[in-house]
Amino acid sequence: MNTALSWIKAYVPELECSDQEYCDKMTLSGTKVEGFDRKDKNLEKIVVGQIDAIEKHPDADKLIVCQVNIGSETIQIVTGANNVKVGDKVPVVLNGGKVAGGHDGGPLPEDGISIKAGKLRGIPSNGMMCSIEELGSDRTMYPEAPEEGIYIFERESDCDGEVSSKEVSSKEVSSEKDGKSHVEVGADAVELLGLHDTVFEYEITSNRVDCYSVLGVAREAAATFGKTFVPPEVKMVGNDEDVNDYVSVEVRDKDLCPRYCARVCKNIKIGPSPQWMQRRLAASGIRPINNLVDITNYVMEEYGQPMHAFDLDTIAGHKIIVRRANDGDEFQTLDGQMRKLDGEVLMICDAEKEIGIAGIMGGENSKITDDVHTVLFEAATFNGPNIRKSAKRIGLRTDASGKFEKGLEPHNAEDAINRACQLIEELGCGEVVGGMVDIAEPMAEQKVLPFRPEKYNKLLGTSISEEEMLEIFGRLDIGTVKKEDGSIELVIPYFRQDLTCDADIAEEVVRFFGYDKVPDTLPSGEAMTGKLSYKLRIEQKARDIAEYCGFSEGMNFSFESPRVFDKLLLPADDVLRRTVTISNPLGEDYSIMRTLPLHGMLSSLAINYNRRNKDVKLYELGNVYLPGKLPLTELPEERMQFTLGFYGEGDFYVMKGVAEEFFAAVGMHKKPSYTPDSGKPFLHPGRQAEIRYDGVLVGYLGEVHPEVLDNYGIGTKAYIAVLDMPNLIPFTTFDRKYEGIAKYPSVSRDLSMVVPKNILAGDIENVILQRGGKLLESCQLFDIYEGAQIKQGFKSVAYSVTFRAKDRTLEESDVNAAMKKILNGLEQLGIELRQ
Amino acid sequence: MKARLEQIREKAISQITGCESAEKLNEVRVAILGKKGELTNLLKSMKDVAPEERPKVGQMVNEARAEIEKVLEEHKTRMEKVLREARMKAEVIDVTLPAKRAQLGHRHPNTIALEEVERIFVGMGYEVVEGSEVEKDYYNFEALNIPADHPAKDEQDTFYVVSETGDILLRTQTSGVQVHEMEKGRLPIRMIAPGRVFRSDEVDATHSPCFYQIEGLVVDKNITFADLKGTLAEFARALFGEDTKVKFRPHHFPFTEPSAEVDVSCFKCGGKGCRFCKGSGWIEILGCGMVHPHVLEVSGIDPEEYTGFAFGIGLERIALLKYEIDDMRLLYENDIRFLRQF
Repeated sequence: MNTALSWIKAYVPELECSDQEYCDKMTLSGTKVEGFDRKDKNLEKIVVGQIDAIEKHPDADKLIVCQVNIGSETIQIVTGANNVKVGDKVPVVLNGGKVAGGHDGGPLPEDGISIKAGKLRGIPSNGMMCSIEELGSDRTMYPEAPEEGIYIFERESDCDGEVSSKEVSSKEVSSEKDGKSHVEVGADAVELLGLHDTVFEYEITSNRVDCYSVLGVAREAAATFGKTFVPPEVKMVGNDEDVNDYVSVEVRDKDLCPRYCARVCKNIKIGPSPQWMQRRLAASGIRPINNLVDITNYVMEEYGQPMHAFDLDTIAGHKIIVRRANDGDEFQTLDGQMRKLDGEVLMICDAEKEIGIAGIMGGENSKITDDVHTVLFEAATFNGPNIRKSAKRIGLRTDASGKFEKGLEPHNAEDAINRACQLIEELGCGEVVGGMVDIAEPMAEQKVLPFRPEKYNKLLGTSISEEEMLEIFGRLDIGTVKKEDGSIELVIPYFRQDLTCDADIAEEVVRFFGYDKVPDTLPSGEAMTGKLSYKLRIEQKARDIAEYCGFSEGMNFSFESPRVFDKLLLPADDVLRRTVTISNPLGEDYSIMRTLPLHGMLSSLAINYNRRNKDVKLYELGNVYLPGKLPLTELPEERMQFTLGFYGEGDFYVMKGVAEEFFAAVGMHKKPSYTPDSGKPFLHPGRQAEIRYDGVLVGYLGEVHPEVLDNYGIGTKAYIAVLDMPNLIPFTTFDRKYEGIAKYPSVSRDLSMVVPKNILAGDIENVILQRGGKLLESCQLFDIYEGAQIKQGFKSVAYSVTFRAKDRTLEESDVNAAMKKILNGLEQLGIELRQ
Repeated sequence: MKARLEQIREKAISQITGCESAEKLNEVRVAILGKKGELTNLLKSMKDVAPEERPKVGQMVNEARAEIEKVLEEHKTRMEKVLREARMKAEVIDVTLPAKRAQLGHRHPNTIALEEVERIFVGMGYEVVEGSEVEKDYYNFEALNIPADHPAKDEQDTFYVVSETGDILLRTQTSGVQVHEMEKGRLPIRMIAPGRVFRSDEVDATHSPCFYQIEGLVVDKNITFADLKGTLAEFARALFGEDTKVKFRPHHFPFTEPSAEVDVSCFKCGGKGCRFCKGSGWIEILGCGMVHPHVLEVSGIDPEEYTGFAFGIGLERIALLKYEIDDMRLLYENDIRFLRQF
């Protein structure tokens, strides 16, 4: 919300502070100021000048030379503007002064534009007459300014003062009556234009519906600075006619419209609204239109209560009916657009037809034109959530709906409509018909809360006195009633629907006591041991190991496109294509929750590959999301995956090594088994393996399938490993036991074999490990060879097998016996010992 | 005999000290002390000595031998030292040649920031727990005082998931973990819960539909707003430096009351105002408040007996600020040149 400080000060007349001070203090009492914009930031030495004489420039057709009386003297100014006449009073920036912008509008330079005396085509010019754009504003804010050329305060030919003055409700209305008629030569032009002002932008929190209004913010400002709050004095004006003779109202869907107030004004004279009103609206970002529209907008800002004005003569039967629309209805809003309705959209109707979408926008068919004679004002309270949802479904969010959706308080409607009628009268805009049609559901009773100072202090950790608390309540219009038993009750004003419990009251106390004055303490109570969950400790270890092995941590989104399954060559019926699907995604690319972590990894490798980064190794720890029943009836399973991927230096066995380093680091000391052809379509069929630990599948690894590499635009071999943490964690442990360093020497034997090609090293190792007996310490592959010297279909494999006993030096016979068993086993696999 | 001995001794010493290589020294040693060496030969001629003289001469020979051996040993040591020094002189390397580094990988800046935050709170006795990322509406909204029609539900732009029950969503905040922890019924509670959250924001320099939050919750008897202030001030100083100033501003969250947003003095300019803090001298880092009594109540905790505080930290915000990363997209692109900087 943007509001000029001058508007706030109208209700807090004693308020005096610098802009920065206002910003800081309001923020610290809970009305957050996002920023402020000083309208006179770069306006220096600008006065009202009157043009005494105009001559043509001797050497330039498009320039004129003006003699301008600035009060103290008459100065010569050369200008290219062609809209000025002798006698015009205009803003003049003097030599050494500053203006905010150029004459063509556009973005304002940070430090403004300095104006110096100089010569234009040889003729001295001692200042500059200003357009509204040069003063940092525009015709939105100053609609009276000419489309092009110098801003003119007053032209001698203008003489008719048009404002008729009656009894007025506020200072600014009264100052308007002598309006523009006394523009003094030499006066501060910036002041006259109301530019000595600052527009503040507030961030209002959703609980403070009352602060989406100038009055609400002004009330907070008064409380913050300890000044008196002077709201406008609203009177029920009106002639002795009865509004009920003009209009009747029927609310059929009371659940969506707890209150509907209607008043009528006749003999409407459409014209411009006074400048003070235009400027306040413009500062709030609302374009001034005419007096009638401006008054409704002004009251909307002032009270936070949107209003609507209908042309009564367009309303059939002079009857208002508030009811839900029918499914499929169409309706033309006053912006000319056709809108599709449904049965949950609340409509304002007359005896025959729909004339407005409640709380969102009026209809084309009842809109105010310049010929309007009689106006029906509506100030209603609509169901906030309904307005919010309707606006969303219709696709039309307006200033009004933005206010209604917060859930307005019904009392506000009456104050606002009376304020609008009062302004109609005061500004001579029309004649107000007596009385108000008021269709209202019973309003909530006045809320009363017990005063519990010790409770507030206990929650806050403070020792604020009762007196101080009561004084704060006074500033906030929270009433206090002393009961017979001596206890005090707090009477909550109707506009503070957010105050419902002790904690709410404690917050009111502390935000005016000062958050900064609350002491800093640490929780008392028993000491507790901080720690990471076991799962998080394992993940930490995974990161450490990956990084030791040269892999850097990447992060990818949890959602991706369903098309990734095609890129990864998953068959159409693959179970991984069953996904948790987002019903309102940011587009198809982010529409399903990933069921495998490869797309993110491969995309990241591809990005690096495209950017010509060499030897890229990445890992990620992130969940995949596996649905149970579809559509979901319960939460999906989230499985943490430890994914590694790389291209560049290294091969399958490097990746395998990383996995085994990790296993070792988390206490998985048994030998994992690797089964080739794990059936992963995205991996090279001959270079992939499932990893099992104690028979349990804990992951897979392999070289990425060349077609998948093509799909991702990776022009080199890449390897990935995916470790499934939930399956792996049960095998992990941080326990370690010292086993004693061997005292007796070991004996090693080399086994040189000729092996049928289809026998895997793993098969050989299994035989050695199973048959080696207790004395076997380890076996180590030291040579593998296929080629000319070896017969077709065979390969040469050599292992070094080591034996050791814990309690003695081995005898030759011990080793021979063990080796014999191993050799027997190998022979059964068709393996020959090489001589 | 005696003269002969003296002659051998002197010759030996002069030969030994004149040696410049190990081989030469060995030759000398063999020539004098070896089996056929001069001294050995002299000893063999002992039989020519009168028997009563023998012990005396024997002793003299032994003394000479000991002395020669000693000189030999000393010269050997001295010579080895000289040789080693000569060898090292030849072994000089260029210490400015490039190092051979183990190519260690790098942690993601998010994780580094998270681990810093975790370290601080674990030190203060907090347990680090997790919650699920796909969550029920009840835990993400309803139990946190955000009922069906609450505008906060729109503000947070929730991703919903296709489900039969219609109440499954991607969590928009980690605050739901508060409710899960309280429902366990184990009091007191001191926990932080980091994790991924999701909001329907298009990707740009300051937004991501997928990001991290760290939730904090303390519930016990006598927990106060002052405790919240003290705890977070401690945290801010631990994270951003001892001189960090902390400012609490009133704010509103549906599930805390009173609520606050917390600013820290800009750690770039120290609070004077700079481009980094947009001239204000302050940087917003988190939201917090006292757990709303209604939230305690629906989670099975008596708000008259227990109170608590909660806070939520945007992890990326901390990471971006601390490491001066100017575009959030870098965090999810995984360009190795970016990651290697952490």
